[in-house]
Amino acid sequence: MGSYPLIFELSKEGRTGFELPELDVPAKDINNLIPEEMQRKTEPDLPEVAEVDVVRHYIGLSRRNFGVDNGFYPLGSCTMKYNPKVNEDTSRLAGFAELHPYVPEELAQGALELLYDAEQYLKEITGMDRFTFQPAAGAHGEFTGLMIIKAYLEKKGEKRTKVIVPDSAHGTNPATAAMCGFDVISIKSNDRGLVDPEELAKVLDNDVAALMLTNPNTLGLFEEEIVKIAKMVHDVGGLLYYDGANLNAIMGVTRPGDMGFDVMHINLHKTFSTPHGGGGPGSGPVGVKAHLAEFLPVPVVEKDGDRYYFNYNLPNSIGKVRTFYGNFLVVVKAYTYLKALGGEGLTDVSQKAVLNANYLREKLKKYFYLPYDRLCKHEFVLSGKWQKEKGVRTLDIAKRLLDYGVHPPTIYFPLIVDEALMIEPTETESKETLDRFIEVMLTINREVEENPELLHEAPHVTPVKRLDEVGAARNPILRWSKDWQK
Amino acid sequence: MKYTPHTPDEVREMLSSLGLNTIDELFSDIPEEIKLKRPLNLPSGMSELEVKKHLANLAAKNGSADKYTVFLGAGVYDHYVPAVVNHILLRSEFYTAYTPYQAEMSQGVLQSIFEYQTMICELTGLDITNASMYDGGSALAEAALMAVNQTRRDKVLVLATVHPEYRSVVKTYTWGPEIEVVEVPYKNGIVDLEKLEELIDDKTAAVLVQHPNFFGQLEPVEEISRLIHAQKGLLVVAVDPISLGILKPPAEYGADIAVGDGQALGNGLSFGGPHLGFFAARKDLARRMPGRLVGLTTDKEGNRGFVLTLQAREQHIRREKATSNICSNQALNALAATVYLATVGKKGLKEIALQSLQKAHYTYERLIGEGYEPLFTGPFFKEFVVKVKDEEEITQKLLKHNILAGPGISRFYPELAPALMIAVTEKRTREEIDSLVEVLGGDR
Amino acid sequence: MSVVPKDLKYSREHEWIKVDGNIGVIGITDFAQKSLGDIVFIELPGVGDEISAGDSFGVVESVKAASDLYAPVSGKVVEVNEEVIESPQLVNEDPYGKGWMIKVEISNEAELDELLSPEDYEKLLEEEGE
Repeated sequence: MGSYPLIFELSKEGRTGFELPELDVPAKDINNLIPEEMQRKTEPDLPEVAEVDVVRHYIGLSRRNFGVDNGFYPLGSCTMKYNPKVNEDTSRLAGFAELHPYVPEELAQGALELLYDAEQYLKEITGMDRFTFQPAAGAHGEFTGLMIIKAYLEKKGEKRTKVIVPDSAHGTNPATAAMCGFDVISIKSNDRGLVDPEELAKVLDNDVAALMLTNPNTLGLFEEEIVKIAKMVHDVGGLLYYDGANLNAIMGVTRPGDMGFDVMHINLHKTFSTPHGGGGPGSGPVGVKAHLAEFLPVPVVEKDGDRYYFNYNLPNSIGKVRTFYGNFLVVVKAYTYLKALGGEGLTDVSQKAVLNANYLREKLKKYFYLPYDRLCKHEFVLSGKWQKEKGVRTLDIAKRLLDYGVHPPTIYFPLIVDEALMIEPTETESKETLDRFIEVMLTINREVEENPELLHEAPHVTPVKRLDEVGAARNPILRWSKDWQK
Repeated sequence: MKYTPHTPDEVREMLSSLGLNTIDELFSDIPEEIKLKRPLNLPSGMSELEVKKHLANLAAKNGSADKYTVFLGAGVYDHYVPAVVNHILLRSEFYTAYTPYQAEMSQGVLQSIFEYQTMICELTGLDITNASMYDGGSALAEAALMAVNQTRRDKVLVLATVHPEYRSVVKTYTWGPEIEVVEVPYKNGIVDLEKLEELIDDKTAAVLVQHPNFFGQLEPVEEISRLIHAQKGLLVVAVDPISLGILKPPAEYGADIAVGDGQALGNGLSFGGPHLGFFAARKDLARRMPGRLVGLTTDKEGNRGFVLTLQAREQHIRREKATSNICSNQALNALAATVYLATVGKKGLKEIALQSLQKAHYTYERLIGEGYEPLFTGPFFKEFVVKVKDEEEITQKLLKHNILAGPGISRFYPELAPALMIAVTEKRTREEIDSLVEVLGGDR
Repeated sequence: MSVVPKDLKYSREHEWIKVDGNIGVIGITDFAQKSLGDIVFIELPGVGDEISAGDSFGVVESVKAASDLYAPVSGKVVEVNEEVIESPQLVNEDPYGKGWMIKVEISNEAELDELLSPEDYEKLLEEEGE
């Protein structure tokens, strides 16, 4: 416990953990190869350590971290389900992991077939007509999707300027719209936590390019008026963008394509079990209806008889949003999962995810304020306002959960709920785990009454105690410096 | 295969605690008209045994580096990845964690990112580095946006020698905000300095350079730096991190932002992803940085700790005014880069760079000896282009000998065809290089 | 309850202005600093810059929030409080004193009439649930 050394602080001059074979070609004077003024004069200050130092250091760091494999992780909107181990094995097969992106297509037939087949799965699950795997994350998918909308509208000769986003939306939605050059129009949710068709009507006009919607939304509530909303947006010539962050709630039950959405992204690192990696790599494939397929990033994967190939011939494509074909190995993991579960298994996922969320909601709502008290989908949002009245903030509750070995829910989001606690248990958690979480939440609630100080001071058993974020931001130190040792 | 643990009894019990009888009732808030009302039309699930076999069959159809000798480059390079990297990546405390929002429980990821930030600063000579971007191309595009915001100018110059896919990404990113992108032509494989000087004006936010460039050639970065800074624009350079074992750090020739693809740092070829983009800049640009930053702080007992910091730049707080929409990045790939750089260390990185340099030049000399003509004659690092009679024919011929080289230049620069790109890393042995030369030599 | 001094005028965006001749001193209110929490960064215009009423002239950031600063009046910036840039916590500690941000030469005094009186501002705070 306490401070942990940085790898640089373990460095000893002259120690090595790495060796190459002797150079087996004639060595030339480097000055004849690289002009002297282009050469590096001082070595970068990288650590000099033995292999065992590296291993112990990073194993030590891993023990100061917490993942789904360590325990319950009900982080709302992040779908922290169990990540099957076989995914790790298949994505490390040499045929995938050691494949160069520019091999001739005849040497990439397995990879292309995988991309093609994965696309067929996603089409059936979502009701969309074409997919690209190029986007590397959800926000990147949003960017791709909105650019496709922009390209579509401009081809029609329309320069629309507005994108509508509900106030409950993820921050990436407005940030993406702005990045694509749109003005962001935020609309207030109604008292049921949903998009209010009347509010929507007020902002709909011929300048609206798109409405971005998450459904179920960030409160975990299904947008029941979606058909009407879709019609309203389409009637003014706008398109509907589906943020797939919450797709885990509806597989096999309903499909964005059938709700009226034109474009969507999927977070493979949420719904399709690929691990989050401590903040990436993710994968954010984008699906479109047929009328938008010509605008997808190049290349798309096609099939001709038994042969798979990359099609770069999309003259109206938005271009590329990243190099090569996306986070391919993440797609391999998701594909492994899709194959393992099949249609029935995927439907079971959504059923159990929604069952788990509703079970927790029902058991916790007596003790924590539930602003929208009705059937939820894969997640729900509590408010810590009763606890706040007793002087304990949601942040304190979250930090206290760490002491009980539970990763806290998402807190202070969505912004429209005061002291929000956004809870998404996912389908892979057993009833025992949920019951234990309920017990822990009730214990903490008792502590709010009996010993609030315990919460203010939490966490108590983590490798470090509560950290000073204000100090870090006022005086940013973003790298190690050798001068520290002096 | 299912990963849900519920027994039928538990499902009944949980439903009844909700006053429900069937699972379907959980979805009663979804309008009937949009319900699927049929099972998903997908194949049945598979056992782990079957799924593994299926994936192994697909993998076996690919021509990967375990079967072929790789002289392919063009942005993704076959450098050696020490065994330790994968073993650390398999620690599931790392790979099954989310973005480190709860710092006290995420010190492992946070500290490793802090170490990563330090290492990239050391390589580039710049003051600050973010926690990673998606890849080199999107990092370059975000750098262009950042330069536009910083300078409040709306034109960006990009050298035609920058990786064609990077340029394509830059064009996509700059289209929305209506930034003008002008390509600067090349001459003998590097920037045409006269043209560059003509094109830079007081509306130019930045010039985007790749060094070594797509052809492997070294760009006259000092001269480019002088030209762009004379007009108060920014120098953005995309670099090969391995080259920085021997090439001058970008800060020393005046780069304001340095980006690049970190694939070569402990990440495999991966059919192009996931890799990572790195992104480093001058200190005064900190608040315009896209993406996550990890900062040092202390806990209430005075212990050192790490947190995500300067978050007010980011989408979850700033929403439409954020510096970027980026949320997830490539943290695990950045961890691979960190473990890689820790393992090879300062001497190892230099040795890897030197051996790549020497072996590439040995290959080059031998091919010239066989009568091949180089497309460009300037200094290069580990990649070069030679003229060939027929790109497709020679590629096929090499494949027959289990050698992958290329890509053919016609793919991106038809005006330069026919010619073949060749990349050589420290992994290639003299024997492998000699085989390449032998196959190519017979074609002359 | 937030402090609302009687000798100032207020904007609906929670800036205050103290008028002395044709010079206005501008900062953010006690309510604003409390809502933001610990302020970690402030970006202000330079001396000589022109600002116009209703437009953003800078940014304040806390750890979890960021807020634009809106000019209550138009004018030329004649002085910038370098001390708050160096030590943003001054805004939390003393929003109406050491936490002032900029001084402007007011170009259109009529704009002052558009601002809220202390009484009106208190009413606004009540409406916002203070």
